[in-house]
This record gives sequence, C-alpha cells and structure tokens, in this order.
Amino acid sequence: MSKQWPLWEIFIRSQHGLSHKHVGSLHATDAEMAVCNARDVYTRRNEGVSIWVVRANDITASSPGDKEAIFEPSNNKVYRHPTFFPMPDEVGNL
Amino acid sequence: MNNTKFEYLLRLADSTLILSQRLTELCGKGPALEEDMALANVALDLIGQARFWYDYAGALEGAGRTEDQLAFLRDAHEFHNFLLVEQPNGNYADTVARQFYFDSWHCLFLEQLRNSTDQEIAAIANKALKEVRYHLRRSKDLVVRLGDGTEYSHRLMQAALNDLWMFTGEMFQADALDLAMQREGVAPDLSVVRKEWMHFVSETLVEAKLTLPSQHDWMQSGGKQGVHSEKLGYILAEMQYLPRAYPGAVW
Repeated sequence: MSKQWPLWEIFIRSQHGLSHKHVGSLHATDAEMAVCNARDVYTRRNEGVSIWVVRANDITASSPGDKEAIFEPSNNKVYRHPTFFPMPDEVGNL
Repeated sequence: MNNTKFEYLLRLADSTLILSQRLTELCGKGPALEEDMALANVALDLIGQARFWYDYAGALEGAGRTEDQLAFLRDAHEFHNFLLVEQPNGNYADTVARQFYFDSWHCLFLEQLRNSTDQEIAAIANKALKEVRYHLRRSKDLVVRLGDGTEYSHRLMQAALNDLWMFTGEMFQADALDLAMQREGVAPDLSVVRKEWMHFVSETLVEAKLTLPSQHDWMQSGGKQGVHSEKLGYILAEMQYLPRAYPGAVW
C-alpha cells in the first residue's frame, strides 16, 4: 500500500480554446485538492479558465505496440475526407 | 495626519512582507511539490500587496523613500508587523495555523477596508481581496484536512493552534492609531472584524474536529508599535543583507 498520494492528469481549457488540453500531472489526495493544486501549479501564467482533473488510473490508453493495426489502414483512404464537396457561401465557417 | 496614515500603511505593508519572507523560507522545502508551489504563490501574492502599500506610504510620507528603501533599510524597531507573522515556520501544522489565523483576519479586514474613505486604500484592498480569498480557501481547507485527519495530524494541528493563539489578539486590539484611522473612515471598526473572525474560526474548528483555544487568554502585543521578538532580527538580517552590503545595487 503506497503512501504516495494518487496521481491525477490535468486538462486546462484556455480563454481562446474550445477543448481542454492535457498539461501534465500532479499528486493530490482527492478531486477537490487536485483542482486546487492544478490551479496553483498549472495556471500561474494565466493559462486557462477551466480545469478538469482525472485520476491517472481511470485513463485507458491505446498500446503503442498496436499503432500499426489501429492507425495504418486510415492512412490512404482519401475518399473518407470531406474535401470534394463544393461549399456554398451561405454555410459560412462550417 | 499624513504621518498617522503613513504609519498605518506601514503596518499593512510590514505584515504582508514579513509573512511573505517566512513563507519564502519554505521554498524547496515543502511537504509536497504541489504544496511548495502553492506556498510560493501565496508568498508572491503577499509581496505584491506589500509593494502597493509601501508605494503609497512612500508617496504619502513625501520624503522620497522608495518601496525598496522602506523594506530594506529600516531596522526591527521601525517595523510594524503583527507578532503573529514573525513566528517560525515550525512543522507544517505551525505554518498552516499561522496562515489560517492571518488569512481569516486579512480576508475579513480587507472586505471592510474596501469601503475606506481613502480611494487608494480602497482600490488596493479590492485588488488584494481577490488573492486573499484564495489564500483563505487554501489555509482553511488545510486546517480541516489536518484536524479531521489522522491522530498524528490532529494532535499537531491542535498544538499549533494553541501555541499561536496568544498572537491573534493583536490583530484586533485597536490602539490610538487604529482609532484615529477609524474616526476618519479610513479603517474599519476592528471589533466588527473580530466578531466575524471569531465566528468564522469557531465554525472552521468545529468542522475540523478541533478545539477553539480559550477566549479569555492573555494576548501578546507590541508588534504594531515596533516592539518585536528577537525572531524579527534574524528575518531582517537575511532579507536585508544584500541591499545593505551592496548599497545601490541594481539587477
């Protein structure tokens, strides 16, 4: 049984962004403390307006060894890209 | 009258500066990396506030003293900080207790100071309050976590609160200067602040499963008037060494 506080991954959304970006990790005893610590450690230079914290244990990642099988097939299927449609002006910034 | 306000501002500046200096001693020595950064942030906030107070004080005095001269070239008997802030860092419970006692006073005091008839003071108080609200959130949270924690943390937290209790009274003892400032509408009524503070601290300690030290204990005082323990001498020796050894040094 480790005496180390659990590890949390921290995601911050900046004022000008739409999504939270992963900025790093830290240790804390619980979620509230993790948010406070994230505020102290990762927002010193006004990096963001919103903080998400996730226990590192709760994150499941794809295995680097499976890179080929998972990502290679989509490499040369250009017909899946939505770039052949002429966009009418009325649609705006779609 | 200007001299009175000048000294009043020094009290605010000196308390924030000395507390900041104490916290800076812990830089790199915190119990956890995240705590270390948090303490450093608080110290930086406090020194930022001290600068505002010193700047205004220097301008009021009109003798051309800059914030640096006021901070680094006065001796211990000319400092007007609370005795509370010169107490040592001790173990972490001591640090947390000192911070909690000060932050709770600071927050409630600044909330009143925002209404000062002196525009500059009101403006500084307003700005500082945003930072101090967070300081208080932090220190209160730690008191509750340590109090309602393990038997060990509870014991140390209670001991720290007991040991520092006698330094809290000074924050609410209105001397002639406090009363003069209050009459002018510059400073708040300290008895009002004291009532709110007692309420807040009592509530927090209940939540933390800790006991409030006795309200009838004798209180230490003298810091505001320039009568300090020997501890301040060591703090100033470290803080003022460089400008005094190399007068006129610049970055």
